[in-house]
Amino acid sequence: MTSLGVEDELNSNASCRHLMNVIMADDKDVLRDVWFGRIPACFTLSPEETTEREAEPYYLLLPRVSYLTLVTDKVKKHFLRVMKTEDVEEMWFEYEGTPLKWHYPIGVLFDLHASNTALPWNVTVHFKNFPERDLLHCSSNSVIEAHFMSCIKEADALKHKSQVINDMQKKDHKQLWMGLQNDKFDQFWAMNRKLMEYPTEEGGFRYIPFRIYQTTSDRPFIQKLFRPVSPEGHTLTLGDLLKELFPAAICAEDEPKRFQVMIHGIEPLLETPIQWLSEHLSHPDNFLHISIIPAPSD
Amino acid sequence: MPSSLLWAVDVYGRVYSLSTAGQQWEHCRDAHLEFKRVTAVQQCCWSIACDHNIYLYVHASEVPIRYQEETYENQRWNPVDGFSDRLLPSDRWQWSDITGLKHQPLGDFQLPSENWEWEADWYIDENFGGEPTEKGGWTYAIDFPATYTKDKKWNSCVRRRRWIRYRRYKAQDTWVKIPSEQTESLPDPFNDITCGGWEITEEPRGCLALWAVSLQGKVWFRCDINHHNPEGSVWEEVPVPGEVVQISCGPGDLVWAVLWEGHLLVREGVGRDCLKGSSWVTVESPSPGVGVVHVAVGVNVVWAVTKDHKVWFRRGVNSHNPCGSGWIGMVGEMVMINVGLSDQVWAIGFEDRAVYFRQGVTASELSGKAWKVVSVPRDSERSHSSASASSLQSAGCFFGGEVRLQSQASMLSDADAETERAGGEVVPTPEIGDAPKPRIPKVTSDSFISELVSDREGQISRRDVPPAGPSIPEEDHPEKELEDRASPAQVLSPSQSGGVDPQWSNVDLEEAQTHLTSGPGGDAAETSSLSSVATYNLALEEPYGLDEPPKWAWVSGGGCLVECHTQLNWFNSSTSTALNSSMQAMSLSITPAQTAAWRKQIFEQLSERSKREMENFMHYEQAIEQSVWVKKGTMQWWRDWKPHKWVDVQFALEQFSGVEGNKDGILFIYYTFNDEKKYLHMFINEVTILVPVLNDSKHTFAIYTAERTKQRWPMRLAAATELEMHDWLALLSVSCCDSRGIQGPPSKQAIWSVTCKGDIFVSEPTKELEASPYPTPCAQMFWRQVGGHLRIIESNSLGVVWGIGYDHTAWVHTGGYGGGFFQGLASSTDNIYTQTDVKSVYIYENQRWNPVTGYTNRGLPTDRYMWSNASGLKECTKNNTKPPSPNWTWVSDWTIDYAVPGGTDREGWQYAADFPASYHGNKTLKDFVRRRRWARKCKLTTTGPWQEVPPIPLSDITILPCGPKSTVEQVSLWAISNKGDILCRLGVTSLTPGGSSWLHVGTDQPFKSISIGAVHQVWAIAKDGSAFYRGSVSAQNPAGDCWYHIPSPTGQKLKQVSVGRTSVYTVDENGNLWYRHGVTPSYPQGSSWEHISNNVRKVSVGPLDQVWVIADKVQGSHSLSCGTVCRRLGVLPMEPKGHSWDYGIGGGWDHITVRGNAMEAPRIVMPSLTDNQTATRPLQTSNQPEMNGNPVGC
Repeated sequence: MTSLGVEDELNSNASCRHLMNVIMADDKDVLRDVWFGRIPACFTLSPEETTEREAEPYYLLLPRVSYLTLVTDKVKKHFLRVMKTEDVEEMWFEYEGTPLKWHYPIGVLFDLHASNTALPWNVTVHFKNFPERDLLHCSSNSVIEAHFMSCIKEADALKHKSQVINDMQKKDHKQLWMGLQNDKFDQFWAMNRKLMEYPTEEGGFRYIPFRIYQTTSDRPFIQKLFRPVSPEGHTLTLGDLLKELFPAAICAEDEPKRFQVMIHGIEPLLETPIQWLSEHLSHPDNFLHISIIPAPSD
Repeated sequence: MPSSLLWAVDVYGRVYSLSTAGQQWEHCRDAHLEFKRVTAVQQCCWSIACDHNIYLYVHASEVPIRYQEETYENQRWNPVDGFSDRLLPSDRWQWSDITGLKHQPLGDFQLPSENWEWEADWYIDENFGGEPTEKGGWTYAIDFPATYTKDKKWNSCVRRRRWIRYRRYKAQDTWVKIPSEQTESLPDPFNDITCGGWEITEEPRGCLALWAVSLQGKVWFRCDINHHNPEGSVWEEVPVPGEVVQISCGPGDLVWAVLWEGHLLVREGVGRDCLKGSSWVTVESPSPGVGVVHVAVGVNVVWAVTKDHKVWFRRGVNSHNPCGSGWIGMVGEMVMINVGLSDQVWAIGFEDRAVYFRQGVTASELSGKAWKVVSVPRDSERSHSSASASSLQSAGCFFGGEVRLQSQASMLSDADAETERAGGEVVPTPEIGDAPKPRIPKVTSDSFISELVSDREGQISRRDVPPAGPSIPEEDHPEKELEDRASPAQVLSPSQSGGVDPQWSNVDLEEAQTHLTSGPGGDAAETSSLSSVATYNLALEEPYGLDEPPKWAWVSGGGCLVECHTQLNWFNSSTSTALNSSMQAMSLSITPAQTAAWRKQIFEQLSERSKREMENFMHYEQAIEQSVWVKKGTMQWWRDWKPHKWVDVQFALEQFSGVEGNKDGILFIYYTFNDEKKYLHMFINEVTILVPVLNDSKHTFAIYTAERTKQRWPMRLAAATELEMHDWLALLSVSCCDSRGIQGPPSKQAIWSVTCKGDIFVSEPTKELEASPYPTPCAQMFWRQVGGHLRIIESNSLGVVWGIGYDHTAWVHTGGYGGGFFQGLASSTDNIYTQTDVKSVYIYENQRWNPVTGYTNRGLPTDRYMWSNASGLKECTKNNTKPPSPNWTWVSDWTIDYAVPGGTDREGWQYAADFPASYHGNKTLKDFVRRRRWARKCKLTTTGPWQEVPPIPLSDITILPCGPKSTVEQVSLWAISNKGDILCRLGVTSLTPGGSSWLHVGTDQPFKSISIGAVHQVWAIAKDGSAFYRGSVSAQNPAGDCWYHIPSPTGQKLKQVSVGRTSVYTVDENGNLWYRHGVTPSYPQGSSWEHISNNVRKVSVGPLDQVWVIADKVQGSHSLSCGTVCRRLGVLPMEPKGHSWDYGIGGGWDHITVRGNAMEAPRIVMPSLTDNQTATRPLQTSNQPEMNGNPVGC
């Protein structure tokens, strides 16, 4: 975005539309940025685990849009080398005392618990004392696939009354999953773009699939029916959504900011149309995952 | 899609237009008049004002309407005076027309009306048949009439020269009154008007049919309306077997009229030679007993409204059967209906007087799906009351008598009313205030709507009152009324009308009655509405508050282009202006969104995030390893060896990540040969181009590598379905681009080309491409496809790229890529737009003469097919001929094509002695065969990074080539309209490649090709094949000052020109490529033509003076290839002509432009050549002031 300065100069000139197209990054670049978002993580074995010799920490770039248990085979292999088989139960992760829910996208976990902290992200690996109350079991990748596909289906039920997802064939569903699993952006989006279509005259999806996460509450997340366009035809924005569902996140101008509203590690402006966000900043599961965290008090 | 206008008149007589790109009705403020009816076509709008005069509103165009007057000055030689104007008594006039029969001295030419002005004074035409003449423009002959030559010979006894003067139509974007010149034959004012017929003929250009109905029920036709005569000449009466109340004329040959009894008349015999038609046929009303009150026709549709407001659709209407076959009742209650372009339907609702649009009207479903109300606000809702007031004033001004009549009619008896009316015509006395207020409804009357009540009443009074006295009408009217009380249309007596359903008023009187106690009074006034004046009282108008939706009386969509893919923003918005503006912000365009702060914020933050979270950790291991990805499918493959045939194969693409993270792949084709499984493969990074191939039975494409390009023998594959082919093409194309690291939009230096199929390809030049002496062979160039469909494309190195479609629409590149079948990732999202193109498919009808039956379709056994293609070798009937590919759909029926080279007779036939031969347009005794050409239009709808540049259709275009480091602020861009006008685009910069407006550059003759060089040398080719140089063009004077005629190579008619940095090349109609010698800065026109090559179709000379052509008959391994991209080798500053050709991609290429490639090769020149280069440097950087200072005439 080196050319933004030029753009400012030209905003007043309505005839510069072509220029905009040329120098502005394309909306598609957002999809790429979202997909290829990586969080550097340092996995350390919990000191509670018994090992045969000292375990080195393991460093890995985690895809923000993937799931912890899907991308940590290498971590598991690494630590199993220093452990006895009988000491190994189901692997789970924890960050500063909080067990990490594998069924939330990695980026959501990071934004929710570890944003504004120094990188890499220090994740503790456990093989014992599985916190049954906090976490779901994840015996194999097929559990993740089932979870992922059920999210996509739920999202499409909201967006298109399930019409698009139901029109797809089994192999198309597989293509979505394989795309995520193998980090194939093109493969995934070749199919996923169908899920992002909507009739132009309607101005957006039927309802926006979104989830609002917060650390300050025990509620897992907030999810309600929300349309991208008001009955009067107004485009609804992120601000409108929050006003309805999390008014505390919106502060008056003179107030100090209490909350950060994070999506993919960034804070979009409140006037961002919710439809655009849903199309561009949704996770592969087709949900817009919004993390609301207390603003750092620096 | 350019915006076009929907016109409408509200119940107050105010005219509004609504742009397809807009979201509010714009009041046509120019008029201080009220209007009854409008009928719009794309270039103009006709109307009947409340003064019953006809007005015309011609839209301003950047190309003026100009007409060339010419006259000839004739002289004869005699021994005493030499040539003088003393002619023999038997000779022609000294000043005459071209035939010599008509005396026309310069002074006799008058402007046809006050709406015309002279462009300049008379001057002599010094161009004769494409050749410049001696000064004075004389052409010589032995005697009148004879063949003239430009050379004076010993036996030249007479001479003549042509004088030219242009006149220009100046009344544009304003309403002008059409004088009613024939007062004696036009006793009564007009009541209805309809304009159409523009699809019937191209000759003369802009020919329109305008029909009108007078209050007496007579029908009139306006003669001679065409582009050069927008006002037409005279009204001609068309006899009708009854009283017509309303008429409708479609774009084609449909003309229907409504008789006052409620039946319909259909005009027959309307055609190219007779726009007026020949006879009427009657069609019954759709429902017995309920007459038709309104009819509207399109190209293939007829819609009607009956007295009970029901809407009817006529089945089976086409130009062979203009009457159609039956009626279908439709939903909705309407008061009037109108059919616009593409048979789209507009109507005014009966209940709400809102404008309705018929949704879902397509060629296959002409009756559409549903009515949708057009709910956009008017430009200033506040103008409502003031406009009302003014209309009140002007009402008094124009129709005082009638106004008073109406006021009084509500109180008076019939007889009085009639008397008053008759008197009111003669003595206008504005007395609005006289009427007792309680008895005046808010809107008493207007006959803007075709209400039988008013029409009928008007006709009767007009016709009957003056001769027979006022008592006649009311004798029979009450009777009629009693006979059929259910039909309010026949209620004529104000005293009785009170009992009648008030729905019949033009304006919804139900509402009026809720505000007024005297409801019946409203009806009374209504029924007597001879006048079309809105007479209402200001005080009483109040209840019609500002938030009241507008009430419409008339709508015309004849100029409004709505296509199925067009997004109209007219329907969802509310009438609240505040909301409307917010809607606009959302839906009008992406511009606000793109520049919006939120979007910027997201882009910025994402890149910050990536930096923060990844930059320092790139050495970390990736969680997911990349792997090979394979796509497989079945396809057919055109076997490389003989016998060539399609064989079923398995097709697979294996993609993997290369070392640098770039992707690469291999293509496998698994086939069986002699029961043995074999495969062949191709590396993706060796593929140079993927070309969809035109084939009406298979979905085929070709894959070339550099080697296969040299052999002119691609790998040909056919997919089972079009979708599959596009999927593969998109995927392979992405793979190829990935493997070469090509991403995003084409660069500014890109080389663009177009195939004969209209597909667009772009190639990124390397520095070595124009290296000398060892350039990259052009067979190695990698081409990728860009969405869209074009015939011509031109570019320059500042990234300005324009194209022209087959339908002559101009398009500008948006800076995007992809579109077409490149869905999703291979395509940018924001700058892809819908693109349409239309072209004609031709077939020939062939006949042979025999002594018994004359010309018949029975040929000799040896003859060609009676229906064939141009060569006669392939049978092409009307039924079996398909559009060129499945992407194209028919949009018209087969029609005879009269615009065939060689001319035709009145039925389109061309004659010849035998097949195949050269054809001529008139039958001679030696002719035994004849043929005629049939054309059918087909249309393609696709998408691409192109935006239309309305409104002028173009045939050629050229953009200033710029040097490598050039910083030109204004980019010169010249174009030729499809009528041959020369245009210069203003406001073109690299930031605004579309420019702002056209500047018309006057010429004496139509042009066909144009090119501008790096120092603003503008060369052009006229339609007669002669070349011209434009003097004094510079950045400061973008249009230059005058044309210099350049003689063509002897005996050749030039076709195309291209000018590079200094080189000027032309191509003639016989495929010869010519180089212009002797071009220097001080003598930019050069001295002579030098032949370079034959078999050249097109030439493009770039900013480095590189010469690229499209050549025919290039040798390949299997056959000769037509339409091949070739580059001139050995072009050096001192050898601008080069020495030989290098052959690139070919087989159906139509156009190339290298004018964007200003990338000079790294200087590794041979020592011997270095001297040459430095020596010639001053010549190339020819300085501009000198060029412009001394334009040398020739």
